[in-house]
Amino acid sequence: MFANLTNLGGSLFDDFRRLEEEMDELYGRWPMPAGIRSVARGTYPPLNVGATPELVDVYLFAAGLDPKTLDISIQQNLLTVSGERKAPKKEGSNYYRRERFDGPFRRLITLPDDVDPDQVEAHYRDGILQIQIRRSEASQPRQIEVK
Amino acid sequence: MTETDSKEVTKQESSEVKKSQHDADTVLRPFVDIFEDAGGITLLADMPGVSRERLKIEVDKDVLLVEGDARIDMPDNMEALYADVRSTCYRRSFGLSGELDTDEIEARLKDGVLSVHIPKRAELRPRKIEVSVG
Repeated sequence: MFANLTNLGGSLFDDFRRLEEEMDELYGRWPMPAGIRSVARGTYPPLNVGATPELVDVYLFAAGLDPKTLDISIQQNLLTVSGERKAPKKEGSNYYRRERFDGPFRRLITLPDDVDPDQVEAHYRDGILQIQIRRSEASQPRQIEVK
Repeated sequence: MTETDSKEVTKQESSEVKKSQHDADTVLRPFVDIFEDAGGITLLADMPGVSRERLKIEVDKDVLLVEGDARIDMPDNMEALYADVRSTCYRRSFGLSGELDTDEIEARLKDGVLSVHIPKRAELRPRKIEVSVG
């Protein structure tokens, strides 16, 4: 792959991990084609989506949010989360690093088709915004008895 | 929303890290803002999912180590449909310089944002000298 100019004698496993990361960059981590609404890596806030047969959980990793600025809306299976994360520059200070995101954000998440937009709950705790959407009753797995 | 917490930072003789647990996951480097003014240096770190009990801040000689474990309550049968974040372990360390008074470190954690303030040693701060008239 690409020669790493700053390889300062790391262990063999570090090299394998770096190679894996470079492969992921080239070929993409996710086995499925990227969703049409997918965003570049590093878009704020990062999010994870998990599902069970009964519900879908969306977790947004957004520390330091003011929940009052949040606008969470759902239309059928499209969830939109927008808000603002303020990380203002402190006047009169000398900044060495400014890596934290500062400003408005919006993320759109396409959920599975069987979510029920009338059954959505959101909680914000310790910097994680968790949005839980129940899946519709009709699509729950059902046992069929043979008479 | 959680309240502001104040945390005493304990100085460790040796930097003791729960190595076995952390080596298993990839470690996330939290994004930080670092700025300095006349009083000292302030560090702000984004560590979403970390609460006070799962946060560890250590100073070992001239290295500041910040570690946290994020907690996400998930049902056991949950499957990932999409994941930007693949780890719950945050860790980042910073080299400190001698004029910082590490005994007086203050740390706060609110909504996943860690705020660490390290003042400069008192003798190195600008001091006003009183002149007595005799």
